[in-house]
Amino acid sequence: MQRFDYILKRLVMALFVLLSVSFFTFIIARVVPSDPAAAWVGPHPTREQIEKATIELGLDKPLTTQYLRYMDGIIKGDLGTSITTRQPILTDVRTFLPATLELVIAGMLIAIVIGIPLGVFSGAYRGSWLDHLTRLVSIAGVSMPAFLFGLLLQLLFFRYLGLLPLGARISTEVSLFNPIETITGIYLLDSALTGNWVAFQDALKHIILPAVALATYPVGLAIRMTRSTIIEVLSEKYIMAAKVSGIRQRTIFFVLALKNAIVPTLNALGLAFVYSLTGAILIEIIFSWPGLGTYITNAVLSVDFPVIVSVTLVMTVFYILINLLLDIIQAIIDPRVTLQ
Amino acid sequence: MTTTFSELEITADEIPHDGHISELSLMWRAFRSDPLAVLSLVILLIFIFGAIFAPFLTPYAAQGQGDPNILEKFNPPSKAHLLGTDYLGRDVLARIFYGGRSSLSIGFLVVFVAVLIGVPLGAIAGFYGGWIDNLLMRITDIFLAFPPLLLAIALAAALGPSFTNTMIAISFTWWPWYARLVRAQTISLKERSFIEAARSIGVPSWKIILTHVLPNVMTPVMVQATMDLGSAILVGASISFIGLGVQPPTADWGTMISVGRIYFLERPWYAGSAGAAIFLVVLAFNLLGDALRDAADPRTRRSVSAGR
Amino acid sequence: MGDAMTDTILQVDDLHIRFETYAGTVHAVNGISFEIQRGEMFGLVGESGCGKSVTGMALMNAIPSPGKIENGRVLFNGEDILQKNEAQMQSLRGGRIAMIFQDPTASLNPVFTIGNQILRQVRQHSARSRKEAEEHAFDFFERVGLPDPKRIFSAYPHELSGGMKQRVMIAMGLASGAEFLIADEPTTALDVTIQAQILALLAELREKENLSILLITHDLGVVAETCERVAVAYAGRVVETGQVDSVLYAPKHPYTRGLLAALPDSVQHGQPLQMIKGAVPDGLRPIAGCPFHPRCSDAMEICSIKEPAQVQMEDDGHIVACHLYGEGANV
Repeated sequence: MQRFDYILKRLVMALFVLLSVSFFTFIIARVVPSDPAAAWVGPHPTREQIEKATIELGLDKPLTTQYLRYMDGIIKGDLGTSITTRQPILTDVRTFLPATLELVIAGMLIAIVIGIPLGVFSGAYRGSWLDHLTRLVSIAGVSMPAFLFGLLLQLLFFRYLGLLPLGARISTEVSLFNPIETITGIYLLDSALTGNWVAFQDALKHIILPAVALATYPVGLAIRMTRSTIIEVLSEKYIMAAKVSGIRQRTIFFVLALKNAIVPTLNALGLAFVYSLTGAILIEIIFSWPGLGTYITNAVLSVDFPVIVSVTLVMTVFYILINLLLDIIQAIIDPRVTLQ
Repeated sequence: MTTTFSELEITADEIPHDGHISELSLMWRAFRSDPLAVLSLVILLIFIFGAIFAPFLTPYAAQGQGDPNILEKFNPPSKAHLLGTDYLGRDVLARIFYGGRSSLSIGFLVVFVAVLIGVPLGAIAGFYGGWIDNLLMRITDIFLAFPPLLLAIALAAALGPSFTNTMIAISFTWWPWYARLVRAQTISLKERSFIEAARSIGVPSWKIILTHVLPNVMTPVMVQATMDLGSAILVGASISFIGLGVQPPTADWGTMISVGRIYFLERPWYAGSAGAAIFLVVLAFNLLGDALRDAADPRTRRSVSAGR
Repeated sequence: MGDAMTDTILQVDDLHIRFETYAGTVHAVNGISFEIQRGEMFGLVGESGCGKSVTGMALMNAIPSPGKIENGRVLFNGEDILQKNEAQMQSLRGGRIAMIFQDPTASLNPVFTIGNQILRQVRQHSARSRKEAEEHAFDFFERVGLPDPKRIFSAYPHELSGGMKQRVMIAMGLASGAEFLIADEPTTALDVTIQAQILALLAELREKENLSILLITHDLGVVAETCERVAVAYAGRVVETGQVDSVLYAPKHPYTRGLLAALPDSVQHGQPLQMIKGAVPDGLRPIAGCPFHPRCSDAMEICSIKEPAQVQMEDDGHIVACHLYGEGANV
């Protein structure tokens, strides 16, 4: 039951943070920019237009009222309207979010599947050639700007090898002749669920390069974190105790040590996930991936504040939720966590 | 990496007379013996040197600063232009040097400001505890709740695109990490008896913080700061890439990639050079930070083992 | 030597172990030899740094790097285990030879239940099903005096007390069929009352299960109470071996005498405590001749030149390495 209390506490904290975050984004939206009303009207606003917009947007009311209206809207699901598209932002987000999610999840999966085992081997056989090679790879991954790597991948696989497409989520032919039924908005999932294998393959081809580019940082991070925690764990007395009880090396590394090492690694992966969320912005630009990243970039360039703020809020909510999930998983795996 | 015995041998006259080998010199020795660390330092010094002395290092100083040279646009790398020319005919190498000014200084300034704000706040919060600590924790919680790049983007967008605004925006998102780091270190230091001892003989709190706490937390801060320098440069480049940072014609590695990406597939040398510059600098900072951290921790400090 | 009917379960022959560190080569063990009979509780006693813990680990060929066994044999039931390959060692370790350490908390993996850990070890060394292994474990929990085996089985290490954890470690060792137990400072981290309980448990197990035990410790009192024979170690060598009664009540080697004299109980109330002057050598710079000679009040000229050989005294099995009793005795 200790764990239950812990989880409850974390939930409450997350709620508090969410509230503060919304307040903060509100400040960024209304207070920081010089004149939101002018921005709303567009280029070369006249005085009357600004005044009209000010009243329309409720900007003449005191800040607290504005904040309450803002929060009220959010709870009802109204994220405001985009200045550029004049559409409800919620609709836009609904369209673009699955694309970004698919990309980020794909990237994280690659990172976990490749990064963690490599990190374990690297730490277990410290000093070997495998260790050196892996460390090189991991540090290159962490240092390489993902957008550069994306460009290089395009250069290699599209321009020179002609194996993979340049961008977008799906090719025009497939979208015309084998369109994917929208269930979740995640193409790979939807096409698999409906047995649309042509589309599945096509979507897979399109997602590989951007996912790999996005995974560069998380893979590097996963390897480094896993490696260093494994090294620390392996110097613990209970590992020596296991060794003198005759337990096999493989079991020691991948079961006894890894379970202890996984907690800090999960933390790091949470960080990596967030980094990916924001790194996705840049990758989407390069690969013309129609996700939240492209959406927010266009918003930034056209100074579309409502969009910038709402998307920030949405992404932050995700971040908080993921961290919460990680905390819960940690509490389940490591019984000592709840003692803090 | 296994080192042979002789590289770390301590000869008799190197040992200070009271027989102790100081922590610092062991650190320096371990650091010095790591070829990657030394290499990184050299690379960084080259870039920094290039950025500072740019006007003297290239015959194309004016182009580096922005003057176009349309006749020679899009030249691939040649003897005259080692890295080719860009879409306005400017020498790319010169642009890299000048771009270093913008990109490198963002990194240094951001970390500097973040440390300046975060370290004292963290030390105070950790030392006094109570409501001050709670308040700081709540504030940092909020900041840390945002995905870092995103917050920087939102702030930079709100403030308007410029070098200073970018720097402010990024520092704003960075200081909480240092505050947290120093707070944690301070709290564990507080438990150690020398702090209690100082208190009991009446040393005022601010003095304790200044003379006892801060010097001891500086090592992890230094290690973190070194690695953050790389990340800060990366974030700065990302923000410029989106279009929010330095504005043309000022050179900046991020904007160079953003502009160069459009014709990257046919003429990769523009975006490629800028990307490589960022990569090398970030890599060097990361390697440096790693080496510093390994050298500082006696457990990971490279001991001479007989191999496996 | 000794009775022809006794049966040597462990024989250590001239063991040499060194560590390559960044400060130089540390000679941790310089020719340790001793024998343990089946069913015997043997004490290996000495101060920190005398090489006793490392010797314990050497008996399983499990010395952590940068340590290496340079020389010597370790005969378990007559076979030199240093010659065995890793697979053979893995079946011995935790099987017929078990080892428990000083801090039972550190020896248990914090993220797995006790049950998980003991099952893993038991099933590693025997072909039991899960149910059978569980029952087997429960049986041994009872034998080491743990109440409520079911609760302990599903508990995590941090939920148990120090004494209970040490009993668990002993149970884990025995449940996998140990004939020989290496106990490295098993009671040092425990409260005094618990210490007594654990020691009593070890003595009881020795009788009931015919367990042979090597007790490594710095505590002479513990050795006096529980062991039959003892070896005193100094600077990686054994300086005196013999029956506990002989060695501790009629010590021959100056170091052993010094150790006993340094015990607080050996002086009258109000008198100053007796120390052995000087400090333990650091292993980096080996001392010529007898390693104890710089601190020895009976040192002779030959002590700084030649290392003393092991000399057999008249009482049964009492061996000393000291020139006072050897060739140089009458100089």
